[in-house]
Amino acid sequence: MNLADIKVCILRVGGTNCDAETQRAFQEFGVQTEIVQVNNLIKHHNLLDYNILVFPGGFSYGDYVRSGVIFARHLSAQLGKEIKNFIDAGHPILGICNGFQILVEYGLLPGFEGISPVPEATLTTNEPSGFKCKWVYLRQENQGKCVFTSAIPKGKIIRLPIAHGEGRLLFPKEKSEAFLKRLIDEDMLVFRYCTKEGTIADNRYPTNPNGSFYDIAGICNSEGNIFGLMPHPERALYWWQQPDWTRQNQMMQYGDGKLIFQSIINKLTHKI
Amino acid sequence: MNTNLFSKHKNNQVLEANIINTTQAQLLEINRELALGFSVEELIALQVYFKKENRNPTDIELQIISQTWSEHCCHKTFRGKVKIEGGKTINSLFKTYIAKATQQIKAPWCVSVFDDNAGIIKFDRDYGVAAKVETHNHPSAVEPFGGAATGVGGVIRDILGVWADPIACTDVLGFGPLDYEYNKLPAGIKHPKYVYMGVTAGISTYGNNMGIPTVNGAIYFDESYIGNVTVYCGCIGLLPLSKYVKNAQIGHIIVLAGGKTGRDGIHGVTFASTELTEKSEEISRPAVQIANPIEEEKLKRAIIEIRDRQLGSAITDIGGGGLSSAVGETAERFGCGATINLEKVPVKYQGLMPWEIYISESQERMLMTCTPENLEHVLGVFEKEDVIATAIGELISERRLKLNHNGEQITNIDMKFLFNPYESTKTALIKITDFIEPKFQEPSDLTKTLLQLLEAPNIASKEAVIRTYDHEVKGNTLLKPLQGDYAGPNDAAVLKPIDDSIKGLVISCGMNPNYGKIDPYWMAASTIDEAIRNNIAVGGRRIALLDNFTWGNPDKPERLGTLVRACEACYNFSVLFKTPFISGKDSLYNESPMGSITPTLLITAIGIIPNIEHTISADLKKAGNSLYIIGETYPELGGSEYYKLNGYIGASVPKIRGGKAKRTFKAVTKAIDNSLVKSCHDISEGGLAVAAAEMGFAGDLGLTLDLQKVPSKAIIRNDGILFSESNSRFLIEVAETDKQDFEKLMHTKNCVEIGKVTKEPQLYITGLNGNPVIDIAMDKLRKSWKKTFNSKETEQ
Repeated sequence: MNLADIKVCILRVGGTNCDAETQRAFQEFGVQTEIVQVNNLIKHHNLLDYNILVFPGGFSYGDYVRSGVIFARHLSAQLGKEIKNFIDAGHPILGICNGFQILVEYGLLPGFEGISPVPEATLTTNEPSGFKCKWVYLRQENQGKCVFTSAIPKGKIIRLPIAHGEGRLLFPKEKSEAFLKRLIDEDMLVFRYCTKEGTIADNRYPTNPNGSFYDIAGICNSEGNIFGLMPHPERALYWWQQPDWTRQNQMMQYGDGKLIFQSIINKLTHKI
Repeated sequence: MNTNLFSKHKNNQVLEANIINTTQAQLLEINRELALGFSVEELIALQVYFKKENRNPTDIELQIISQTWSEHCCHKTFRGKVKIEGGKTINSLFKTYIAKATQQIKAPWCVSVFDDNAGIIKFDRDYGVAAKVETHNHPSAVEPFGGAATGVGGVIRDILGVWADPIACTDVLGFGPLDYEYNKLPAGIKHPKYVYMGVTAGISTYGNNMGIPTVNGAIYFDESYIGNVTVYCGCIGLLPLSKYVKNAQIGHIIVLAGGKTGRDGIHGVTFASTELTEKSEEISRPAVQIANPIEEEKLKRAIIEIRDRQLGSAITDIGGGGLSSAVGETAERFGCGATINLEKVPVKYQGLMPWEIYISESQERMLMTCTPENLEHVLGVFEKEDVIATAIGELISERRLKLNHNGEQITNIDMKFLFNPYESTKTALIKITDFIEPKFQEPSDLTKTLLQLLEAPNIASKEAVIRTYDHEVKGNTLLKPLQGDYAGPNDAAVLKPIDDSIKGLVISCGMNPNYGKIDPYWMAASTIDEAIRNNIAVGGRRIALLDNFTWGNPDKPERLGTLVRACEACYNFSVLFKTPFISGKDSLYNESPMGSITPTLLITAIGIIPNIEHTISADLKKAGNSLYIIGETYPELGGSEYYKLNGYIGASVPKIRGGKAKRTFKAVTKAIDNSLVKSCHDISEGGLAVAAAEMGFAGDLGLTLDLQKVPSKAIIRNDGILFSESNSRFLIEVAETDKQDFEKLMHTKNCVEIGKVTKEPQLYITGLNGNPVIDIAMDKLRKSWKKTFNSKETEQ
């Protein structure tokens, strides 16, 4: 499709707070973007007017229960059918940080068998515990299924910031190994925490900043159109957002975060 | 309750206090019964007024007057008279020193100073920047988490209260030593560690949940903070100046928006204006509010939309004093009166007395006025964001405050009386301290001394706390609080708040309470110098200042004397550096069973950088580059971290040589603008040695320095040069190819090359006799620096 025809829905509720910078990231490509209050979407039932659905970061409804769970339940109750249609039509969904937590709580990720009625995983309290804001390195592990990393070669090391207290991906203990195997076999693994040089953290803190299982920072569903990650690509878009830009003589115009937005735009405009 | 003192009002939820025909003793009893906190003079003024009105006041009227006249709301000490023992009488410290400096500087870029919820300065094109810093000491002492969180929430509302969009938070905190012995704590005082954990969690929770980056701050430790925790919460906002609307008129509707009203935060301001005691917990727990950042996030969105659509005519936050202050101040500001129907206020639960509704400080509430025509639109915007908003009254031409409850009038006070509180005259005693300069031998191992200094709580890395604050949200933080893989400290934060502008906003602060133990004048002066030089170090200029005073009981002449001296310095150095004050706040009566707080002045500096590309970070960039010190080093170790380490305070407090300091600041800015500076760090706590180490941590490089080359006055010992905390100094890295240009530009004997950046991560310093005095690997220094507060952190 044409770039100018792409419409991005950035969904927000009380407590969402990364919507503006997420919108700015998409706007950089010249696509249409709209920050939509969820009440409006429920009222107008017009999700299918959009081509990309984004759950930005924040603390939806205060995250007073498990992170993301209230919003996820609210959505599945109010908009379950439309969301299913949206996914079935192959439209992409991106969840960043709290957005990732929402996708997991909704049962959309990992989504081994489509939408799961109960969450198959959890993003729980960091280990060591506490909110942490810092830049991390990630290794791109996806073979090509994930539509949000199509412009990032497998094995590439990218740098993005994290800012969360609950980012430790866990599977039910007895299913961990089986689930991991499926993630790998079905090409659902996307980002893993690693060192600057690309060595996987192997669960060592602080390279793995939250104790996440298998150093996982981001996964996609088995179709590759739903993607969630804990780090914030929208905060790594411009050169001046990089933590070490004052050290560089020659600065790239954009940061690594741009690649994620670039990937999906390329995909929709058939550049790849 | 003594029933003789009160009688029933026709509204059965209201009492009348019999004050017009009572004795002074009975007045005092009423004062106590209703927890009003009036002085005898004020009670008599009340009696006179109500005699004239020919009736007794209702309980709610007394509460309103009590709130309006409290230290917290009307700043009696700063605005009243101060008589200096054996000297002159000052008519308002605020007008004589703080406001006068700003008037005299006449900066054309000051848009609104002192008279609104926040100070506003011009930023870029039509955009202005609003800034405000608040104290929340008393609530944080009683309930650390809630006190600190609502402190952040409150200051964010101050920014919303000038129609600005909050874009960054700052926080500066003061705690008692975290290893303080439990059994030495007096009853009712919480352990510093508990307070520290609660306060830092409160700050991170509120800012993170609201999605406002916390970008600048400091944590300071002093024994006096055991009984009086110090919590400064600041917020910076951005607003299109054309949308800065303040034109409420008679007939406009008063709208209350946000959270419901409950019993939380009753008597917060009177509580904040008294000393803490053993019973504070029991008595004042209800004075601490409950925080709900998500409510405020929704409120913020609605307010910004109302601003953009220009639907409102005025706005103010509901903070100290609750509706009482917000309604009263709005009516006063626009020269009218107000009528309010209290039963319309949405409440959390039934059973609230009218006076409780009116003075409750329940959080996340804002007051707005709009024309009757716009009311529907205003309410519509709030509804869309799931925020409760209610028209509760209107502005009236008669200059009286009239409150009704279920159809009955329960308040009818003359606005003039309400806003002309009895003016106090307080006595100040200016005392010279008698500290002496300690005499001790120079330590034989200065490397060890440096390691100890890096571990000292006021110098050690606060990374573990800073990382619990989201400093990246909104994606506009271009210079972050921590720099490099090893998280060295930057001197200031820089934001890029406007997408299509290359202008940066520079936020820094200064605080040196230890110097004030010796001399409050030079303490205040040093604090201003530190805030400004932190700003300049990263490229800031055109600096505006915010002053925040946390002091002890001003009714004690000696305490007030130190406040007078600090204010004098504020005037002198604000004028000297042409850095106007734009906003400020005072928190007095910080006393506990452990005594008075160390007078603590926080100066926040807001600067701009015309082109963000010129922003300078503190990390060393490249081996082989040269290191210059600019500014002279004096034997000024009084109040220093070095003396503290050795158990002394000393007398040689750092001073400022005005002309030289100004020239230094100008020269650094010029060098930065000419792209001649690779890195820059201000020299402060711990002196040159600590500044050098921190630059090395941030850049993961080493340094060799030669103390013989450091321009100094009358220092004959290495420890003096290494650890002196003389003001107005910087350590600057310059590339080999830029040295000539740099030296030509600086053109002063006080800017000297003193060493080099080395690839080998080692700090190597030769002393005055040419022998090495410090020689140690950076990672060892770093470990000491990190271990005090970063137990969980192991290095990558």
